[in-house]
Amino acid sequence: MDVTVKNVRKEFGDFPALHDVSLDIRSGELIALLGPSGSGKTTLLRLIAGLDFPTEGAIYFGEDDASLKSVQERNIGFVFQHYALFRHMTVLDNVGFGLKVRKGRNRPAKPDIEKRARDLLEFVQLRGLEKRYPNQLSGGQRQRVALARALAIEPKVLLLDEPFGALDAQVRKELRRWLREVHESTGHTTVFVTHDQEEALELADRVVVMSQGRIEQVGKPDEVYDRPNSPTVFSFIGESSKLPVSINRGQVYFADRPLGLDAQGSADGEAELFFRPHDIEIVEDAGVAIVGIVAASRRTAGTRQVELEVGGAKERVEIEIPVDHPATAQTRIAFRPKRWSVFPSR
Amino acid sequence: MARNIRLPDPTTESGTVKWVTIAVAGLFMAVVLFIPLLAVFLEAFRLGAGAFLAAITEPDALAAIRLTLLVAAISVPLNMVFGVAAAWAIAKYEFKGKAFLTTLIDLPFSVSPVIAGLVYVLLFGSGSVLGPIFNSAGLQVLFAVPGVVLATLFVTFPFVARELIPLMEDQGTGDEEAAISLGAGGWQTFWRVTLPNIKWGLLYGVLLCNARVMGEFGAVSVVSGRLRGETVTMPLQIEILYNEYNFSAAFAVAALLALLALVTLILKALLERVYGRDHAGGVRH
Repeated sequence: MDVTVKNVRKEFGDFPALHDVSLDIRSGELIALLGPSGSGKTTLLRLIAGLDFPTEGAIYFGEDDASLKSVQERNIGFVFQHYALFRHMTVLDNVGFGLKVRKGRNRPAKPDIEKRARDLLEFVQLRGLEKRYPNQLSGGQRQRVALARALAIEPKVLLLDEPFGALDAQVRKELRRWLREVHESTGHTTVFVTHDQEEALELADRVVVMSQGRIEQVGKPDEVYDRPNSPTVFSFIGESSKLPVSINRGQVYFADRPLGLDAQGSADGEAELFFRPHDIEIVEDAGVAIVGIVAASRRTAGTRQVELEVGGAKERVEIEIPVDHPATAQTRIAFRPKRWSVFPSR
Repeated sequence: MARNIRLPDPTTESGTVKWVTIAVAGLFMAVVLFIPLLAVFLEAFRLGAGAFLAAITEPDALAAIRLTLLVAAISVPLNMVFGVAAAWAIAKYEFKGKAFLTTLIDLPFSVSPVIAGLVYVLLFGSGSVLGPIFNSAGLQVLFAVPGVVLATLFVTFPFVARELIPLMEDQGTGDEEAAISLGAGGWQTFWRVTLPNIKWGLLYGVLLCNARVMGEFGAVSVVSGRLRGETVTMPLQIEILYNEYNFSAAFAVAALLALLALVTLILKALLERVYGRDHAGGVRH
């Protein structure tokens, strides 16, 4: 099922949560809505589900205008951040709930509902826990029950709100891999919300980066990481360092010295240079490079993170160099980014 | 060499303090609660079980018992429905005047029951606007059963709502959203998800409400008119008998009313144990 979000705006009272958001989700895709808290990602997910309604704009499921339909009619599977399992029902009853509340001819017979629920529990690897109550399960198990419950109604679209947010790091990694497998075996169009960029990059076919109620960039994980289209995306995804620079005739200058970097088509004037701390080379020739004095240095795993004071101590940037590099012993380091982006100053 | 230091737990007082506090609490309970309650029962049975039975099966006493049960049978369900609706509205929606409504629900707790009764006298009395309208329709409100029910409703309506509001606010709307996302309609969501989530709190509120309905004196006293056998509830009957120096009969009815309260109390204690066990399920594995 394709999902199309067309020029959607959402206001809560006077507070604008989403400004004119448009997004095409292709059938069978696994999409991550990524952004810091308050970026509007959960709001967008709830609008797709029909748990909230847009102030303006429309949402299409395939060719149908879903914005005119209620949650019940949209036939979506929604997995809530805190699972929202029914605490007074057993695991089996929780999973079968969506089928039990169907009306008339659409409701399967009792044994069929139970069979379907058992099959799903098998699928999410929770066989043997049918008679348990939600408060007798661990966080990871609850998450699986919530997913099985959502899958029971054979949803057209699966929506997950911070599915791993409340779990510890180990379980989170395990469930992440498992969700990918579930997605591949069911083929549902899946949208999940996360603030964890690592999760989004690892899991999603495409990542939607959101900030302050707007979509900043949509692309494959490689695209948003390697070619961020805005300072916001660059600093939100992955580690980043930035420097205020000026552009003159297509060349980047820092503190009136040329850096030997191409301005990538940026217009002359003030700009900001972004690069990844690990994506640099140490150079001997300090003539066309960024030169800094070591202000602090930390060992992390295989690399050394060095904080440099540059431009007469007015700016600080962070770079990463291998621990065995001779430069780690120096107090002055000259370097040049290997890959970089230039954005005009705002 | 290890030094053997023995210090009391910093939050534990000495044995003397412990026993003094227990004794004070026990004595207070005995003087204020237990002895009076015992006295009621002793006084009721002073002339023997036969006299007790005769006192409570006397026609006026029976009428009072019937009226009390009737008022409870009307007021408790009404306040239950109202309480659930009010708690639902306050806990699950945002709307203007929400804080005002919350305060309003508490009003009967802060207003003297006598004033509650007087309000209805003003509304439905002979000199009022509403009274004659109802009278011409053949419905006597004041000094009749409807007035007694209204006054009781006023006094007891916060009990269920008060019990449910914090519970429902705490639970939020997550479960309801999950239910509708799975295709459940409004009523299905209410019966299958919301109601089971609040059932213990609701039952507890209903019990408290019932206890107060049966025991209400002030408000009912003002609106009832004390027509014997017609608008006299058990608490009023007790007062009438007492004022007529018919002490043993007064205490017999009082003992019955106290018994009803005790039953409520025992039910409440039982509920709390079940409720507690429900929650303790969380630590079982």
